[in-house]
Amino acid sequence: MSEHHIVTPKTYITIIAFLFALTAATVWVAFQHFGDPWNDVIAIGIALTKATLVVLFFMHVKWSERTTKLAVILAVLFLVVLLLITMSDFLTRGWLGVPGS
Amino acid sequence: MSTLITDSSRSNYLNAAYGIKSWLLTKDHKRIALLYLVAVSIFFSVGGLFAALIRLELLTPEGDMVQPDIYNRLFTMHGVIMIFFFLIPAIPAVLGNFILPLMVGAKDLAFPRINLASFYVYVVAGILGVWALINGGVDTGWTFYTPYSSMYSNTQVTLVAMAGFIAGFSSIMTAVNFIVTVHRMRAPGLTWFRMPLMVWALYATSIIIMLATPVLAITLVMLMLDHSLHIGIFDPAQGGDPVLFQHLFWFYSHPAVYIMILPAMGVISELVAAFSRKKVFGYTFVVYSSLSIAFLGFLVWGHHLFVSGQSVYAGAVFSILSMLVAIPSAVKVFNWTATLFQGSVSYQTPMLYALGFIGLFTIGGLTGVFLATMGLDTHVHDTYFVVAHFHYVMVGGTIMGYLGGLHYWWPKISGKLYPEFWAKISALLVFVGFNLTFFPQFIVGYLGMPRRYHAYPPEFQVFNVLSTAGASVLGLGYLLPIIYLTWSMRYGKKAPANPWGAVGLEWETASPPPTFNFDDDPVVEHEAYDYHHRPEEPRVA
Repeated sequence: MSEHHIVTPKTYITIIAFLFALTAATVWVAFQHFGDPWNDVIAIGIALTKATLVVLFFMHVKWSERTTKLAVILAVLFLVVLLLITMSDFLTRGWLGVPGS
Repeated sequence: MSTLITDSSRSNYLNAAYGIKSWLLTKDHKRIALLYLVAVSIFFSVGGLFAALIRLELLTPEGDMVQPDIYNRLFTMHGVIMIFFFLIPAIPAVLGNFILPLMVGAKDLAFPRINLASFYVYVVAGILGVWALINGGVDTGWTFYTPYSSMYSNTQVTLVAMAGFIAGFSSIMTAVNFIVTVHRMRAPGLTWFRMPLMVWALYATSIIIMLATPVLAITLVMLMLDHSLHIGIFDPAQGGDPVLFQHLFWFYSHPAVYIMILPAMGVISELVAAFSRKKVFGYTFVVYSSLSIAFLGFLVWGHHLFVSGQSVYAGAVFSILSMLVAIPSAVKVFNWTATLFQGSVSYQTPMLYALGFIGLFTIGGLTGVFLATMGLDTHVHDTYFVVAHFHYVMVGGTIMGYLGGLHYWWPKISGKLYPEFWAKISALLVFVGFNLTFFPQFIVGYLGMPRRYHAYPPEFQVFNVLSTAGASVLGLGYLLPIIYLTWSMRYGKKAPANPWGAVGLEWETASPPPTFNFDDDPVVEHEAYDYHHRPEEPRVA
């Protein structure tokens, strides 16, 4: 059972080291100029990686049963729905030429 | 049979402990449901009072009772209180809390302490809302559209948004409890496809709450930051986008309509089966229709943005997706009516509410298809046609379902029978009053009367007089149950375990149930609503 899985301190320390390293990477990226839109893409990529590490290791989802994993995947899926469909508005607004805009 | 249990001297959840502390610190899901019942009834009364003031103002074309800014606050607080503090919690937190563990044969919900915490979080949110009200309320409309709400309104936007933010946590706690209880605590033999449709509806609702509420929470946080610190996330003058607010807000608030209506649909399935003495026609389809509504409900929010500057291409997609929701909704309506066919139909009060629901929800749903059509929506957007449409769904749907369920399970909740005569009168008043209030609004809206104005052209007065007259009848219809249900708790006849002769685990324990619901752990050996395999039990009520 997932609640009986004991995570070693070594795992936690490794993960937190990764998180600090990625935070440092975020700060470094913020001062670089990769050209539009790559700064945003890299920053979001780092943030997603950090969130994944927290969910998998600190929230124990890596060792959880399938239903818990399904719940996490479902939440991410709906976030994707929110972002994708919202972007379908923002990306297509210019398609219909509106005089003056 | 447990139906023979009628001895009121035995211990039940009402007499198991006495004193105010035993109620305020209870972890019993049934007592928490009653705490919620009192709280949501108070908020319903306050929201209703605002509605009455709105209708009084609209009795005459001139804005002669309140000033425009007060009118703006009236309709905003009516919406905020009714949606966040009544319609969303009413059926899940009151009826669901009470009945779900009984229906699945559990001793309580999975997390009783979280259940109590959810109530107090709700109360904290409610107190903040009332505090905001005392300090002048808010004038933005319950939708808090930016940039007016974020940059210009000098009313209590931050406080009310905070109240909505906190109320969301209460919803999430209840939803977690329901999901885990359904997964983990079903009685032996109660397989997924033997579960009552009310349980399925609450389960689907809980999933929506879990997935959508966090988006509202973060949106309200951004709104509060914008309003108090003028950060400008939604302010075009600072490079923000007000339409983004609408996307984020409606990502929650459109599914919120299904948070309100799905539990009511679950109630109606129970009522139609019990008062037709038949298994719900196409049980599996009704289950899948609940899940489909929960899923599709997430994909349609953009139909609120047809005239907000949203891309017409996105609008077309949202229009098609919105029409798709009509399919699972229609499955439910057709299956309920098919259940009635050749059933042993009886017309006790809960069934009157159920039949009222089917008719009114059908009108509300079909006018929703009108509004999902982009061209027609451009014509009737922000008119009373929209007001009538969503009241047919929320009031004609959710409140009819809530009252039907409250009457149906009242003997189980209180251990007493309510006076059937007065209850029927009340159901009739609600139905007549509701239609008199809101049907004229379809017409006056189609003729062009905009919503959210305290004055209007004189040619619209006749419709508004009809509406206000209907509202007073409706108010009386809502007042009666408060009186006779309270009266019945002390003076009502003792209720047997199963006054309706219905099937379902909740009817196999005493009325009111013992603290841990069942004297013996129940085992389920039949499918849901197996009326055709059971000997007909007498209907006492």
